[in-house]
Amino acid sequence: MKPAAAAALLCLLVPSACNQASNDRLASPVTIVGDAVPAPLEGRQGDAQRGQQVFTSRDSGHCLLCHQLASLDAEFQGNVGPPLTGIGDRLDAGQIRYRIIDAQTIWPDTVMPSYYRTDGLRQVGEAYKGAPALNAQEVEDLVAFLETQTD
Amino acid sequence: MRRLVALALLLSACGGQSGEYAQQSQIPPEAIQSGYTFLQPETQALQDDDFANPGFLWVDKGETLFNQIPETGAPACASCHAADNRPLSGVAAHYPVMDEETGKLMNIEARINACRERHQDLAPLDHESDALLGLTAYVASLARGVPISVNIDGPARNYYEAGKDYFFLRKGQFNLACSQCHNDNWGKKLRGDTISQGHGNAFPAYRMEWQTFGSLHRRLRDCDSGIRAEPLDYGSATYMAVELYLAKRAEGLAMESPGVRR
Ligand code: HEC
Ligand code: HEC
Repeated sequence: MKPAAAAALLCLLVPSACNQASNDRLASPVTIVGDAVPAPLEGRQGDAQRGQQVFTSRDSGHCLLCHQLASLDAEFQGNVGPPLTGIGDRLDAGQIRYRIIDAQTIWPDTVMPSYYRTDGLRQVGEAYKGAPALNAQEVEDLVAFLETQTD
Repeated sequence: MRRLVALALLLSACGGQSGEYAQQSQIPPEAIQSGYTFLQPETQALQDDDFANPGFLWVDKGETLFNQIPETGAPACASCHAADNRPLSGVAAHYPVMDEETGKLMNIEARINACRERHQDLAPLDHESDALLGLTAYVASLARGVPISVNIDGPARNYYEAGKDYFFLRKGQFNLACSQCHNDNWGKKLRGDTISQGHGNAFPAYRMEWQTFGSLHRRLRDCDSGIRAEPLDYGSATYMAVELYLAKRAEGLAMESPGVRR
């Protein structure tokens, strides 16, 4: 098992063991508690309606590339990732936030991008250098939107 | 002891970085299939019909250029390559190859340009120009249906290894490797596209998204851009190496150029 996966597992089993870990490869500092990042990024307030935009828009998060969401009336939803229908029942805001900002720490081999990561990347396209794929506000909007996705 | 293990896990966890490379994975040889398999039936039909397949515009153009005597009066390609003299049927299925003169790996485009410079005293053609695409498509079309097989012994080995390295290297803002889509997730849906195994056997190909014909390197640039990695130059040594790795990885698969893709 890869170290980060082991960590995530350990965190799930013994949340106190991983209390207050930090992650210094992201665009702004966060505190990881268990398998969650409980505090909103940069203290921002999310907006669920904007979050839906981020989720669907090709020029933004474009999460539909890989995920299905039954509540959306959108064609061609991807299935590389698991369906997110009812995700708000399974995960709390802090868990959703951690999965969006750095899924590759939780699952080292995953194809899900770490949307808030900036450090330690290779051959990043000129247009994207130095910035995360989604900024703090966009992540919070997504969290707010996905929290409302209950069965 | 158990406490120690937990501690070790915890320590490695706290400084843990995900790997630079994706995990080694492979498509079982019996499962290898062309990107054609994953196309919509309409797109397959377009590729199958030589009269409707838009790629044949380039093949035809290439054939004309191949047989034409250049304005400078230099010999035509056809004067050095005929049925009974260095025939080109099937050769594209064994490219890229090592060029003995330069010791570098060379794909069909590079061979065509080398022939122009060495035997016809002509300037090399630009990447993605209709002339170079046409000649490449014509030569590739002479290998249609021929199973891919390439030589990776000797000096080609380093290129093969470099291509493989690139295939498994995670890169770009999304930090993904070619293998993670084309070895680990083929057959799944990335919105409207079904991810194929990422073989190069259809190229050069007509791509609907381009609304034109393009090279394998153009396709590789699109995949690199898709993961927000800086695409490499057309004809770069690394893309040549990836081309060799892809060919070896697809060995036995039939050549399809001119392919039609979404
Ligand atoms: C390239 C594919 C891909 C893209 C794009 C993608 N994801 Fe994922 N996502 C995955 C995969 C695969 C998993 C499952 C983790 C694993 O085991 O690898 C996942 C897991 C998740 C989970 C956890 C689901 C659960 O049930 O535990 C959430 C939440 C999530 N993604 C949200 C998002 C959001 C929001 C976006 C867009 C900003 C997004 N994803 C974009 C592939 C993707
Ligand atoms: C995030 C997913 C993803 C990654 C990473 C990726 N590709 Fe692709 N690739 C695609 C999709 C989608 C297509 C278009 C549909 C298809 O043929 O798979 C494609 C097409 C291709 C094709 C054309 C196949 C055909 O039959 O038309 C080749 C060759 C290819 N990719 C090679 C690569 C290489 C080499 C890399 C790394 C430099 C790479 N891909 C990285 C998703 C990806």
